[in-house]
Amino acid sequence: MEMRENVDVCVVGAGHAGCEAALACARLGLETVIFTVSVDSIALMPCNPNVGGSSKGHLVRELDALGGEMGKNIDKTFIQSKMLNISKGPAVHSLRAQADKAEYSRAMRKVLENQDHLTIKQVEVCELLWENIKSLNEKATKRIIGLKTFTGTIFECKAIILCTGTYLKARCLCGEAIDYTGPNGLKAANYLTDSLLDMGIELRRFKTGTPARMDKRSIDFSKMEEQFGDERVIPFSFSTDPEDVQINQVSCYLTYTNERTHEIIRNNLDRSPIYAGIIEGTGPRYCPSIEDKVVKFSNKERHQVFIEPEGLHTNEMYIGGMSSSLPEDVQLAMYRTVPGLENCKIVRNAYAIEYDCINPKQLYPTLRFKDVKGLYSGGQLNGSSGYEEAAAQGLIAGINAAQFILGKEELEIDRSEAYIGVLIDDLVTKDNFEPYRMLTSRAEYRLLLRQDNADLRLRKKGFQVGLVTEEEYNFVVNKKKLIDKEITRLKNVKIGASSSNQKFLEKYGSSSLKTGVNLAELLCRPELNYDILKQIDPEREELPKDVIEQVEIEIKYEGYIERQLRQVEQFKKMEKKKIPVDLNYDDVPSLRLEARQKLKDFHPVSVGQASRISGVSPADISVLLVYLEQYKRLAEK
Amino acid sequence: MKTDTIAAIATAMGNSSIGIIRISGEESIDIVDLIYRNKKNERVLKNFKTHTIHYGYIFDGNEIVDEVMVSIMKKPNSFTTEDVVEINCHGGIIVLNRILETVLKNGARLAYPGEFTKRAFLNGRIDLSRAEAVMDIISSKNETALKNSVKHLRGFVYKKIKSLRENIIFEIAFIESALDDPEHISLDGYTDKLYIKIKDLINEIEKLLLSAQNGKIIKEGIKTVIVGKPNAGKSSLLNLLVGEEKAIVTDIAGTTRDIIEENINIGGVNLRIIDTAGIHNTEDMIEKIGVDKAKKYIEEADLIVYVVDSSVQLDENDFEIMKMIENRKSVVLFNKSDLNANISFEDFIDKAGDDSIMIKTSTKENTGIDEFEEAVKKLFFKGEISSDDEVMITNLRQKEALEDTLFSLQQVKKSIEGEMPEDFFSIDLMSAYASLGKIIGEEVEEDLVNEIFSKFCMGK
Repeated sequence: MEMRENVDVCVVGAGHAGCEAALACARLGLETVIFTVSVDSIALMPCNPNVGGSSKGHLVRELDALGGEMGKNIDKTFIQSKMLNISKGPAVHSLRAQADKAEYSRAMRKVLENQDHLTIKQVEVCELLWENIKSLNEKATKRIIGLKTFTGTIFECKAIILCTGTYLKARCLCGEAIDYTGPNGLKAANYLTDSLLDMGIELRRFKTGTPARMDKRSIDFSKMEEQFGDERVIPFSFSTDPEDVQINQVSCYLTYTNERTHEIIRNNLDRSPIYAGIIEGTGPRYCPSIEDKVVKFSNKERHQVFIEPEGLHTNEMYIGGMSSSLPEDVQLAMYRTVPGLENCKIVRNAYAIEYDCINPKQLYPTLRFKDVKGLYSGGQLNGSSGYEEAAAQGLIAGINAAQFILGKEELEIDRSEAYIGVLIDDLVTKDNFEPYRMLTSRAEYRLLLRQDNADLRLRKKGFQVGLVTEEEYNFVVNKKKLIDKEITRLKNVKIGASSSNQKFLEKYGSSSLKTGVNLAELLCRPELNYDILKQIDPEREELPKDVIEQVEIEIKYEGYIERQLRQVEQFKKMEKKKIPVDLNYDDVPSLRLEARQKLKDFHPVSVGQASRISGVSPADISVLLVYLEQYKRLAEK
Repeated sequence: MKTDTIAAIATAMGNSSIGIIRISGEESIDIVDLIYRNKKNERVLKNFKTHTIHYGYIFDGNEIVDEVMVSIMKKPNSFTTEDVVEINCHGGIIVLNRILETVLKNGARLAYPGEFTKRAFLNGRIDLSRAEAVMDIISSKNETALKNSVKHLRGFVYKKIKSLRENIIFEIAFIESALDDPEHISLDGYTDKLYIKIKDLINEIEKLLLSAQNGKIIKEGIKTVIVGKPNAGKSSLLNLLVGEEKAIVTDIAGTTRDIIEENINIGGVNLRIIDTAGIHNTEDMIEKIGVDKAKKYIEEADLIVYVVDSSVQLDENDFEIMKMIENRKSVVLFNKSDLNANISFEDFIDKAGDDSIMIKTSTKENTGIDEFEEAVKKLFFKGEISSDDEVMITNLRQKEALEDTLFSLQQVKKSIEGEMPEDFFSIDLMSAYASLGKIIGEEVEEDLVNEIFSKFCMGK
């Protein structure tokens, strides 16, 4: 007999996107089921054993500020942590932690298992159930009513969040050995693709890859450079007590490829599935395989190889920098040319993986499918790469599925508010031809989007949604007050040209004063900082470290920050100009052909989004503005 | 930083005795207030009531640019419904150009084609029935402007800008890839190298700006033909005019060996000077072709400079030339005034037409050249020679983009000097890259990410 269940939300996939999506829905009080092909693979890290890194660290902190789980989970399970780019300006400081993979997975599973309103279900989802709708204020022609599993059970629901990662029609390639599985030999999801195609969803094929894992005992670390974590660890989560993360850390190691390595690769390129043309999917330029590196950068004499532990309770080591889809024998020969790996034993071979994903231009910035009410999507299915990118999208998709069911306004985060906004806007607005990776260079307002102020930027949104507690929110409100007060004070405390002050400046190699200045002006000098200025600032009150950090950044970089704020003002103006969903671009005269096609294709939600679509010129935007004004006036008549 | 107050020439730049510069936007009154003085040399613009017009002067620094009437229309009762100031000035392109540039220098930005109309419509000033017409204006004018900006550009300028942009994006990509992948790419010692490069870039942009000021980055200019008999001093004149230019000078060989083309700038007006072969001995077949050609140039020219060797008697060749330039706007130079004169102004008055201006020069002793330049300026000042306003606006737009580029690069230099961290450099470098792109009609799009991935090996 057919089994039927009725819930609010179904989340398909329990990777980093699925976990965030499911937790968000359940925490907002909705009955949620999360489906996975294997409960043992919840929050699995099938590639690199770390969380964060340049710009990805930003994503995790933002996610945390909004009420996500990833930051808390890595704080519980990291085994080494570093703040990257420490000497390069506050906007690009970025946290990266090595994870104990198994622990990370286990800890996240525990959170899921103990979350009210959340049920974990091990079964493959085969079909989405939907019905046609007609709605005036809505572009959608379909509505989600449920899904069907491999065992035939129907789950009726109001919303589905697809977080299928790299599992759809996945196949793994290791040279000539090709296996139709998902990552780590896990079962691929082979049915859902057809259901998506049936719904008229456009799919594409991407690929990515991972390097080998080796037995620690077979590696000679004495030939490598040891790499340590930071002395003082900063947690990812704003809710983690910094004292709790001061642990004994493990080391990573650095070694290099050499000409012999490259020669082996070059001689065996014909056996690489990519170069032999067996792989159809597009791979990310950011994580090139070692074959790609050797071919594209043939003038480089050596490439770095990072040897990173996979966890505390395993001997497996991750060979960062050498992902490959070459056959096993070539892999072994190539790895063994690297100093320290001469006698290495491979536990898991490097492989490339191909999978189906969607063209994300079918999504709104809320991560809902434009054509299907109640259908949301997050993570690698949207064409991104990386755990952090996935988690960030999962959270937004989860929040919005919940907001939709609760009849509340869905959450859109724009480019000026967070890296999450940049990530989603890039995905849904630009033509992406490869797995998308977050980069600091993609964030045009990055001086404002720092990892240190993610709480100041996003706590409020998290609170409004209901994922951040009042206490957590009030903490940030109070922090902001302290920052503002201290900045005002520094701008008003005058420092005269007295001999003691001149002596003080001289001590720090700072030029002497001709007239009086205020403390803020002195703080702008590169050779001085807040701490040093204490000597001539006796009335100063003791302030929390995070407050001082903000005060210092906002004063030292005030000019730059203000310029970006002015740009943001302009940006916001265009974002606020919404485009009606029923606008027919064929009715807009004078649009250039290319622009008209692109606009019809993407159906941007705002003039701002329209302006970022490649092929739409500023003149087209002017035309569109005039048309929208005409449209508005006609509607008012 | 530029405001969102826009400015443009509102009248056609033809043979007109008056012209109007229109400024619209929140800062329009503040901006004009910086450059307008009344008869008593007072800054009074802000005291004026709306919809009034006032006599006075426009100043560029301490220098009077023109005698003007300025009208003020405060919001919402203006064409755009924003605060609008209109400067009524003399109609020649030198004046219009100078005033517009002065306005831009004080904070306005050059309006995009159709932008006043667009604002008027968006602010409800233009009737709904005209919406389609407005869209059409915006679309077609921008299309033309875009085409012109590249079309008018000289080949070497295009190449130069391309290569400067390549240099800039490379530096940004390097910084960015190091920031995104600090473990693979190091920035140690980079700042010092960048500082030298930035100084070079600033230098290059300054040169280009000077060229833009001299009208040399665009091909088009007022077509000016130098005619005269061989040895009258035509080439010496050309060399004198060109030789004073400090910016990039290029020789573009004409379609035939004997035609030389040069761009010079007099009083902000770009002259494209064509030096024709000397006209003599019309019986010779080849020379006949030369004369025909000269005739053709003269017919097409906006301005004719006739160089006469005043130390020798007039002959039939001179009469031939005089016939050609009859009733045309021309300047006659009595060259070699250092030698004994064998002809006088009187010999010309009946023949060369009433409009001719006559000046004694010696290209050998460099006398009379200033008077010549003054005379040319006056012709334009009075609007007696018309110009292609498209070209002038193109030049202005490109100049504005170069200035924006320069500003951004200077900002990078300042950041380096202020010991700012590297990520601050790339933000302004990106602006410089974008501004330069405007000149050659290229957008930024995914350039940076593509450059990063193609030039730098990064990633796990």
